[in-house]
Amino acid sequence: MTITQRVLSSRLVAALAYPHGVDRYLEQVNPMWSATEVRARVVDIARETSGEHPVATLTLQPTGTWRGHRSGQYVQVGVDLEGGRRATRCFSISSAASLPGERFTLTIRSAAKGGGRSHAEGVVSRYLVDEAEPGLILHLSQAAGDFTVHESAATPTNNHLLMISGGSGITPVMSHVRTLLRDGYDGHVHRKVTFLHYARSRADQIFADELAEIAAADNGVTVHLRYGAHRFDADELRHLVGDFRDIDTWACGPAGLIELIQDAYADSPRLRVEFFKPPAFAAAGDTDGTITFARSRTSVLNSGAHLLEQAEAAGLTPEFGCRMGICFSCTSRKTEGTVRNVLTGETSSLPDEDIRICVSAPVGSCSIDL
Amino acid sequence: MTTIPFVSPRKRSTTSRASDPKIPHLTPEQLEAFGDEMDALRQRLVADLGEEDAAYIRGIVKRQQQFEVAGRVLFYLPPAWPLAVAALSVSKILENMEIGHNVMHGQYDWLGDPKLNSRIYDWDNVCPGEQWKYSHNYIHHTFTNVLGKDRDIGYGILRMDEDQKWHPYYLGNPLYAFLLMVFFEWGVAMHDLEVENIVKGRRKLEENAQLHAAIMKKVKRQALKDYVIFPALTGPFFPLTFAGNAVANLVRNVWAFNIIFCGHFPAGVATFTEAECEDESRGHWYYRQLLGSANITGGRLFHIMSGNLSHQIEHHLFPDIPARRYPEIAVEVREICERYGITYNTGRLSRQLYTVAKKIVRLSLPTPKAGPGREPVAEPAAAEAA
Repeated sequence: MTITQRVLSSRLVAALAYPHGVDRYLEQVNPMWSATEVRARVVDIARETSGEHPVATLTLQPTGTWRGHRSGQYVQVGVDLEGGRRATRCFSISSAASLPGERFTLTIRSAAKGGGRSHAEGVVSRYLVDEAEPGLILHLSQAAGDFTVHESAATPTNNHLLMISGGSGITPVMSHVRTLLRDGYDGHVHRKVTFLHYARSRADQIFADELAEIAAADNGVTVHLRYGAHRFDADELRHLVGDFRDIDTWACGPAGLIELIQDAYADSPRLRVEFFKPPAFAAAGDTDGTITFARSRTSVLNSGAHLLEQAEAAGLTPEFGCRMGICFSCTSRKTEGTVRNVLTGETSSLPDEDIRICVSAPVGSCSIDL
Repeated sequence: MTTIPFVSPRKRSTTSRASDPKIPHLTPEQLEAFGDEMDALRQRLVADLGEEDAAYIRGIVKRQQQFEVAGRVLFYLPPAWPLAVAALSVSKILENMEIGHNVMHGQYDWLGDPKLNSRIYDWDNVCPGEQWKYSHNYIHHTFTNVLGKDRDIGYGILRMDEDQKWHPYYLGNPLYAFLLMVFFEWGVAMHDLEVENIVKGRRKLEENAQLHAAIMKKVKRQALKDYVIFPALTGPFFPLTFAGNAVANLVRNVWAFNIIFCGHFPAGVATFTEAECEDESRGHWYYRQLLGSANITGGRLFHIMSGNLSHQIEHHLFPDIPARRYPEIAVEVREICERYGITYNTGRLSRQLYTVAKKIVRLSLPTPKAGPGREPVAEPAAAEAA
């Protein structure tokens, strides 16, 4: 931590800026100055694949507040979109583990355009891949997530490590492989890494050149690429690595692939998974579905009433005030699903969105942090 | 569209009641149509929110911080003391009104910016934002001008409505109002403790323990900043800076008090009984907000400095819509009011203030019985304690 950083995050400076926080003042001068918040400037954008769902790798220069990341972790990225709204999504980091303040990369696949349904969901990835330019400032969180590898060159083990990924799920796994190779955890000391990846097609293969290099090099890393309709198959995996349930495995990809892998591994503690799933969308007026109140571990069938009423009917006692959408006392986080604002009729399907539950009726299934 | 014949107002009293004949009584159908028009207006505004609103509020924050920094720095130049105080006062007024009040209303939650989010924002004021949001956003904005429900009628200290029963305590009405003006931020901070209800035995002292702790924490940090650290940083000018910060807080108190008192207490603003608002429809809620609020006319700068609370009517109709939009929709709101025969209460600051002052003085004395009126409903407890 530099002296400036230390001064800026001191209690004295915080007391002077109270109740607003120092960053509110600093960012007015330079968006890359901060005391606690993490922001990053996009310094480079490289196209990985083109086609219907193009992929790009963004290199980010974080503020000095970035604490670094371990391979396999993700970061929350907030983007100020057209219309003044900021949208936030999580992306896995694709570069090798970083130290505080060090640059890192995100590799992002742009969501389908014009699909209507996935419009809201894909807005951040589309913006970052299709419209972002070097110089853009992003609002970040610190790195988080437990999809990490504990082995390193310093670890006195020679465990066989297995990485399985599908589509853009390759990013955290790539971060693992890059970190292991950079830090000297490779075949020279009889440490084996097997990398099995499923891609839609050869053209859609992210990091194709680098994977080819890794495969060709003398490093103990075996790369298996599968394309198109080739689905995950337990027998094939057994043929490749032996009894996989006893091998430390990291798997990341679409929910369908992860389910197959989980079935194959039964309850083996060696399997760690990370998956992304398409958001649940429902047609307007659709009241079938399940409302999940995550914190209270309660689920009810969607009655069509606004969420506050449904929560209360389920025996919950969420905070509320006016019950007419003006006071924001009942604001809660919707983690997934679609809600309709009963005042405006507007529907919204953004994940991790703060909504006023007294004027939000769920459309289909929906999950609320209550 | 039905036009309601306007009933000419009678010059009897300067406080109106919803049951007064001069207030148009709308049928449920008319109320519904009226509510639909307001909802349509609201929907159009919501759909139009965007970049300009984002740029506006960020611009105001930037300007406020420039005034703040200028104010703090100018204290190092003793001859510039009045300038320093002026800059800091402007900063505090902007921060509390156009930024704090409006952001904490959730007007900018749609931006997705944590720094402008109602759940996260706290203002430069001794009243903890969390408590203010409850008493203001919920209680005051939901039960606006409903006697016995809206604690902003007289704040539990003053007699601001004929239907508050008179008591010799209220002879001090003008004095209490003056003190509330000078110590306004403290009054706002104490508001949630509902002292009047404790005196009355309606509320237990224990219920206040948590609120009290939060207030003390905020007070300490506010005082540490304005009355210890910043003065100390100016070294030999400590007393000057100390005094300057106190004056800036005072200026903000006086300004905020005056703007806010013009919002609901000028002549012609109506109050309601709980019975009138039972099972209230959305249309009636809008109708009540309109009759219970008053605007102040003025220029653009005046509107900004009042946090656009000079458009109290529009604010009460659409409390969660960015306040910068109020002036532009005022024309339409007024036009709708005219069609329904609802008086749109607006006037110059001097006029509104004069009628507020007159009311404060007049209500310090008992109100002569003017025929069969409503039974007094709200009976501020401070009176009983006195």
